Amino acid sequence: MAETHSLQDLRQAAVASKVFVQRDYTSGTICKFQTKFPAELESRIDKVQFEETIQTLNNLYAEAEKLGGRSYLEGCLACLTAYTIFLCMETHYEKVLKKIAKFIQEQNEKIYAPLGLLLTDPIERGLRVVEITIFEDRSIGSR
Amino acid sequence: MKNCEYQQIDPRALRTPSSRTSSTLPCGRKGSQRLRRKWEVFPGKNRFYCDGRIMLARQCGVLPLTIGLIFITSVLFFTFDCPFLVDHLTVFIPVIGGVLFIFVVISLLQTSFTDPGILPRALPDEAADIEKQIDNSGSSTYRPPPRTKEILINDQVVKLKYCFTCKMFRPPRTSHCSLCDNCVERFDHHCPWVGNCVGKRNYRFFYAFIVSLSFLTSFIFGCVITHLTLRSQGGNGFIQAIQDSPASVVELVICFFSIWSILGLSGFHTYLVASNLTTNEDIKGSWSSKRGEESGNPYTYNNIFTNCCVVLCGPMPPSLIDRRGFVPPEDAPQTVTSDAELPAFMAKNDTNMCAQGTKELLESMANSTVIQSTCAPGKPKTAPVTQESLLNTVSITVSPPSKPPSNGCSGRQARRPIDVPCSQRGLKRAALHTHKPMLRLPSPLYSLSDSPLILSDAPDMGFIPLN
Repeated sequence: MAETHSLQDLRQAAVASKVFVQRDYTSGTICKFQTKFPAELESRIDKVQFEETIQTLNNLYAEAEKLGGRSYLEGCLACLTAYTIFLCMETHYEKVLKKIAKFIQEQNEKIYAPLGLLLTDPIERGLRVVEITIFEDRSIGSR
Repeated sequence: MKNCEYQQIDPRALRTPSSRTSSTLPCGRKGSQRLRRKWEVFPGKNRFYCDGRIMLARQCGVLPLTIGLIFITSVLFFTFDCPFLVDHLTVFIPVIGGVLFIFVVISLLQTSFTDPGILPRALPDEAADIEKQIDNSGSSTYRPPPRTKEILINDQVVKLKYCFTCKMFRPPRTSHCSLCDNCVERFDHHCPWVGNCVGKRNYRFFYAFIVSLSFLTSFIFGCVITHLTLRSQGGNGFIQAIQDSPASVVELVICFFSIWSILGLSGFHTYLVASNLTTNEDIKGSWSSKRGEESGNPYTYNNIFTNCCVVLCGPMPPSLIDRRGFVPPEDAPQTVTSDAELPAFMAKNDTNMCAQGTKELLESMANSTVIQSTCAPGKPKTAPVTQESLLNTVSITVSPPSKPPSNGCSGRQARRPIDVPCSQRGLKRAALHTHKPMLRLPSPLYSLSDSPLILSDAPDMGFIPLN
């Protein structure tokens, strides 16, 4: 009973509910999401798969916020140019955010949309939650 | 009342202003209606210029004064003191002065015009989900549910507070600025001199501003003293020198009075940077050692150099409010518009409330609670619990969130959700006490007068404790 939907199909589907994966602050203020598997998704997706997605997201955000030579160099350079460099250059963080957006789209297309789920990029929710929209699965009803 | 204004919810409000996905094509609806940018519907008290590129707090405070003082002092310096000093000393004086001046102005403008790290308000779905979680974990009696959450950060207990305006648990180090009506990440303080909050994203600009301003002020002060000294030595004494160059006295006075405060502020912020603290935390004594041995700043790296690098040279986080993004058109397919998505407790009472054509927000709130309460028994699921707790929290939010909900209103309301007249009176009284938040309502007031649905002017108006 493969409920194969594409992203396009999902747009016409009705939304059954939404699940919100909250932030995990145990390591401080860095952007990290809880990997706890929400109960509402139990029937829809594999736990391991879900945790892998969230873990990859967390790793990407960690990369964006990493404190290292590169970020310090960027910061010092910006300071020396009175921060005007931010007007012309894309920061490292922004580059990683683009990577994350691509990753989420990829995950949606390959894994989540066929299962009737949709991940929303956390940046659209102010990096507060990962919103997972659960769509009604009409194919099941029709059987 | 702060919370009551969010009781009205509109199905359109559920539409998430998420326009970053490529499928949100602004060109799709241009023909029928102008697409608005998110800054135009921003709920906080901010002003936006250049089509959302520049933002300021609504009360820009004394920013014009700050700019004026800096410009006047510098212009006087370059016009009256520099020629003399170039002749008698070196040409580098105006050069150094010029560099410092430019640095000061740029960092000031960046501090003022940059988003300090505003957190966008929780959308209705999210807020409802959080509310549900609170209810599930709270008691089943009518006592108001706890509005704080404790978490462990680096083995230290940190309390997260629930923000009633933004409808979410504030992340650590985030604080709600009442002047700007926004939650700001790593909130330091609201600076009237720069006319903006100082938070995660613009702290480094602020620090650069005050440090460079202290250098500039000291430099000008020193140069003016040198100028007057040289003039009085070469000429006919100090009084004559002052008469020859009265502008220098003006500069002297301005610099003298600013130096103390600016240097003090720079020193204070250098201490904060070195210990990775915010002004807010320092003033409140959040991590003060007086509280016990266990308390300590969980965010510090215990190394002055590392702390400085992290605070000042760390990665620049992006703006979370996406000012220039487009608000998706009302019936865009990818937004959540299906009726099935509407929480059950929202359905018709919402339109009833709106259709009343409320003239006064207070009346509408009172009416809404009446409707909610009367419908309470009929509604299934967790809705009654939610509404009831929200009815309770409505009175709680009368007082500032930091205070415990122990006022008379909440006490009375805690008895029964059907205790409508009581809650109504409680709300009214509460609202009277907190008239200030009510006056601050922009879009909800408009939206209430529209029927049947509230405009998407306030897309994140929160959710109603309706049933």
